[in-house]
Amino acid sequence: MKALIRPALIVFAALTLFTGTFYPAVVYGIGQALFSQQAAGSLLKSGDHTIGSSLIGQHFSSPGYFWGRPSATSPMPYNAAASSGSNLGPLNPALAEAIASRKAALLALDPGNTLPIPVDLVTASASGLDPEISPAAALYQVDRVAQARGLKETQLLALIQSHTQGRQWGLLGEPRVNVLALNLALDQLAAQPAMPSRDGIEQ
Amino acid sequence: MLAIFLIPAALCYTFGLMLGDRRQGWAIFAAMGILFVLMASVVISAEQAGTPLLASAGLDQTASPLQAGGNMEGKETRFGIVNSALFATVTTAASCGAVNAMHDSLTPIGGLVPMWLMQLGEVVFGGVGSGLYGMLVYAIIAVFVAGLMIGRTPEYLGKKIEILEMKMSALILLVTPMLVLLGTAVAVLLSAGVAGIANPGAHGYSEILYAFSSAANNNGSAFAGLSANTPFYNTMLAVAMWLGRFAIIIPVLAIAGSLAAKKRIAAHAGTLPTHGPLFVTLLIGAVVLVGALTFVPALALGPVVEHITAQQVDTEHVTAQQVDTRQVAAPAPSTAQ
Repeated sequence: MKALIRPALIVFAALTLFTGTFYPAVVYGIGQALFSQQAAGSLLKSGDHTIGSSLIGQHFSSPGYFWGRPSATSPMPYNAAASSGSNLGPLNPALAEAIASRKAALLALDPGNTLPIPVDLVTASASGLDPEISPAAALYQVDRVAQARGLKETQLLALIQSHTQGRQWGLLGEPRVNVLALNLALDQLAAQPAMPSRDGIEQ
Repeated sequence: MLAIFLIPAALCYTFGLMLGDRRQGWAIFAAMGILFVLMASVVISAEQAGTPLLASAGLDQTASPLQAGGNMEGKETRFGIVNSALFATVTTAASCGAVNAMHDSLTPIGGLVPMWLMQLGEVVFGGVGSGLYGMLVYAIIAVFVAGLMIGRTPEYLGKKIEILEMKMSALILLVTPMLVLLGTAVAVLLSAGVAGIANPGAHGYSEILYAFSSAANNNGSAFAGLSANTPFYNTMLAVAMWLGRFAIIIPVLAIAGSLAAKKRIAAHAGTLPTHGPLFVTLLIGAVVLVGALTFVPALALGPVVEHITAQQVDTEHVTAQQVDTRQVAAPAPSTAQ
């Protein structure tokens, strides 16, 4: 019996040390040394002020900012403490209602826009925290943002172009635009004229 | 996604290596690979085609260099359609359970395939080890069916397949369907089960069917709208999970023990070679036939009804749209419950 217990205890202690101390320490060390920016949460700053993370989307609803994907987190959209999708089935009338009201919200601020609405701009993301939109969804909003900001459309198109990220290795994922980074750049671009409200960023 | 499949797929090669005949391993790998590619294509095309509800809302669902298009409800922008659909197939073919999109919001056909892959017993690469032995049970079924057709005693890998092996294989094939179908039946009959449903109509039934398919077949993914964290579902799913593992492992070990004790006989004129395209076809046939026959009625009540309803909503809507442009899709009839 003793012969069985001793090695069991030794293995237990060794594994606890290895998996509980040594391994996390090595991973932490590598993360801090080689990927310090990512290990800190991929934070975006405006001056000294931390604005948010490039990986966690934020809620934008004023006409002067690009809006992200709709979010189904509760109790409020983009609640980073409770990541969740809508879980609405493809035929659920609640989904049709949600989409209709999102469409209405977009069109209310941009009545002249006759472009077809890109599907990702009115459907909730899986996480509820999607930091990105498709380039099509960004282009759809150019009209509204340009009007609200008094900027030229060509300036915004150039901004979107420079913020569009392609597929990883040209193969994986989809082309996309990070909404928070785009809006930060937008604020910089618009810094010369009078600054509109910053409701989205202040969150 | 690569990492999920790496070990289960490599085990096919290990199997061939241990037999001293790598072709046997490659045959198993080929059958799994063909099923996987077919199923992934179905999910990708279903999701990319989008849904009538999104189309009737006047949204742009076409894929272009500027957007992924398709059914983007419950999907992330960076994954788009292809990577989300591929992940849904991989995670349910293997017994992974992680998700990168909300399966509850998949199109009816896009949700049917993940469910079916689990219901097969996760044999398309499957779990580490469990996928291989699951497929080997289907291989035994395949040689048995072939043996019946040509009137000879079936053999696999030089071992005679006899009564004990067939009894155990039949048991394995019956255990998970029983857990999934009986569990679902009980849940839809009791108010405690129906209370968890989040979506109306056939989709609500699909949520329950998915939950039991997932629990009984070692998966972890879910149609997550279902409120499964209740005493009823915790108990039911725990029993399904427990029996779904051990009631398979024990007969598999019995087959292994019985085959190991048998003498290896040399291949002869009546032996069905188990490494060529003919056997791969037979094996896929066994998987599809057993899987299809067992679960088609259950799937017909859920995703299939939903798919047909979706198409009808589409037609109805086109007519309705001429009258009232703001009308939205009608709710699915609750025929399935």
